[in-house]
Amino acid sequence: MNYLVRDVRPYGEGEPVDVRLVDGAIAEIGTGLSDGDSRVYAGGGAVLLPGLVDLHTHLREPGREDAETVETGTLAAALGGFTAVHAMANTDPVADTAGVVEQVWRLGQEAGHCDVAPVGAVTVGLRGEQMAELGTMADSAARVRVFSDDGTCVSDASLMRRALEYVKAFDGVIAQHAQEPRLTVGAQMNEGVVSSRLGLTGWPAVAEEAVIARDCLLAAHVGSRLHVCHVSTAGSVELIRWAKSKGWDVTAEVTPHHLVLTDDLAASYDPVFKVNPPLRTAADVAALRAGLADGTIDCVATDNAPHALEDKEAEWGAALPGMTGLETALGIVAETMVLPGRLTWRQVAERLSSTPARIGRLEGHGRPLAVGEPANLCLVDEAAPWTVDAATMATRSRNTPFAGRSLPVGVRATFLRGTPTVLDGAPA
Amino acid sequence: MSRHLLSAADLTREDALLVLDTAEEMALVEERTVKKLPTLRGRTVVNLFFEDSTRTRTSFELAAKRLSADVINFSAKGSSVSKGETLKDTALTLEAMGADAIVIRHAWSGAPVNLARWVHGSVVNAGDGTHEHPTQALLDAFTMRRRLGRVEGLKVTIVGDVLHSRVARSNVLLLSTLGADVTLVAPPTLLPVGVESWPAQVSYDLDAVLAKSDVVMMLRVQRERMGAAYFPSQREYARRYGLDVRRASALHDDAVVMHPGPMVRGMEIAPEVADGVRSTIVEQVRNGVSVRMAVLYLLLGGASPAIGGDA
Ligand SMILES: [Zn+2]
Repeated sequence: MNYLVRDVRPYGEGEPVDVRLVDGAIAEIGTGLSDGDSRVYAGGGAVLLPGLVDLHTHLREPGREDAETVETGTLAAALGGFTAVHAMANTDPVADTAGVVEQVWRLGQEAGHCDVAPVGAVTVGLRGEQMAELGTMADSAARVRVFSDDGTCVSDASLMRRALEYVKAFDGVIAQHAQEPRLTVGAQMNEGVVSSRLGLTGWPAVAEEAVIARDCLLAAHVGSRLHVCHVSTAGSVELIRWAKSKGWDVTAEVTPHHLVLTDDLAASYDPVFKVNPPLRTAADVAALRAGLADGTIDCVATDNAPHALEDKEAEWGAALPGMTGLETALGIVAETMVLPGRLTWRQVAERLSSTPARIGRLEGHGRPLAVGEPANLCLVDEAAPWTVDAATMATRSRNTPFAGRSLPVGVRATFLRGTPTVLDGAPA
Repeated sequence: MSRHLLSAADLTREDALLVLDTAEEMALVEERTVKKLPTLRGRTVVNLFFEDSTRTRTSFELAAKRLSADVINFSAKGSSVSKGETLKDTALTLEAMGADAIVIRHAWSGAPVNLARWVHGSVVNAGDGTHEHPTQALLDAFTMRRRLGRVEGLKVTIVGDVLHSRVARSNVLLLSTLGADVTLVAPPTLLPVGVESWPAQVSYDLDAVLAKSDVVMMLRVQRERMGAAYFPSQREYARRYGLDVRRASALHDDAVVMHPGPMVRGMEIAPEVADGVRSTIVEQVRNGVSVRMAVLYLLLGGASPAIGGDA
């Protein structure tokens, strides 16, 4: 089925145009295009962006299908405007072999809501001891290019150095969850004024920053690519800015929640606000926004982390860290970056689509809106505020920290290789 | 007063004074041969203890019984408490039993706050993790007032493992509400990052503040802190921060020495000091019952118009 998407504004710029999608690609862009044999979809003046790409998603399958499955997680992604997500390796079993990454990749293909690019574990079982078979995962049908022990840090400096070096052979990247383990034993929230009052063990900024500094130096030393996951502190932004000024190949992501939420929310002891790395201070939030605006932070990645109810409806210390984020990411970015004038929609397309696709070496995603390019698209209704309702989201889990919040923009439609996955804000 | 007592910060100055004054009345009852009031007859108080603490549980139990409440001791220790499901399930069970008040002791900071969201009755925090222990602070203030006639204007020095102490957190909040002048003394490793935001002064030098102190409150230092490199050895800790006989002699004549218990004799406090005339340690235990009677009475809507109701 070919589509003619009428009345959309590429990158939110200029007058509305019509876009014809034929055989999975953009065939025509212009005004007053004829219907032909295409099915017509009214874009309603929406902003047209390339389909969003998430470098950091936890889909929980295999192992915790009660929290999320590839099917439900990728549907949530499509509803959030994503056409590709990178699925983190901390599943059960861990995605540390070609067999597991191919299984996850295949589940994504079968679900059909968006492409799933599995992330391979850096070390066997995420144990930080022995390098996993990274090359075999790279050569598998899943074509793994991003490797991460996310959830834990590759804290051994020698192992990190070798991993950074090793993946050069297949243009891979190590995505580091930067957390010095000895500085975060039992850590529950950002260490500072609020943690001192709440009696919760602190997770100091330095535990993130020390690892980022070390890894930047290691990446420079061996001439490798480093990607820093979920940067959360002002100090981390400074370090990455410094590394980039040296010309080192370092990229970084920030999550939507770290762009807007702060550690004082922990005062409720409601574990929906427990996340790793933890929510930081207002000064950190300001630095992250500035870093994302000036390009120090390359992209937004959700760190979507669904959890079953019993793992969140608990005492703060017993609850698991993590927040869902796929369905709310674009709304938060619009609220914090677009509406205040920090980013244009074209820059949003870079930071949520073309840049993460480039970092992940993902083909066919994050491409320009141009004739001949793959028809992976996202339509954004600019004046369509909606209120987040945890109970009605596509994700199987309910741990959104944004429940009850009004978000300023909504995803109107998502197309994956010319086929709609979302139309009028609902699954197609 | 609000419906729950979760933090010493929940208490306004008026609330705190009302508790202390009510506790004075309760203390009179304890001097009678029949130490029982009919006030809470027909009401149910549950002691929900996820951590062993015979001393605190017994104190609350005695307080509730002296007010004629029905008391259920619900010890959750030993059952699986790693999952919060247990706390919520327990809360719903207690709710079904018609608990009017739940006194909770829990290893996780904030557990009483979570519990309060799941039940209709009053929740009293009897110590949560490294967060707070508000009735301890109330009984400490009550003890100071009985010994020294007032709390306002007193120079109170709190010494020891402030970082991990719920007693210190509640005391700092309550004492500042009541107008005392609090100084925290500890090795820097046992003070939380962010302590500069607390309504208290900080010193690393015990000898420098002792002579000016009206009250010295010694906190327990757990031996396992040594293994985690908070300080080099028990001997060095005792030498720098322990209240030994020599140090105690620097105190002025009326100054008192307090300890929330249980003590590590020879570590943070010398036996001669703990058992000396300045020591309020035994009074603190006795006063604990009076103060907890006052708290239960006020939260469960005693006759006074100044109390009860949702705030
Ligand atoms: Zn992570």
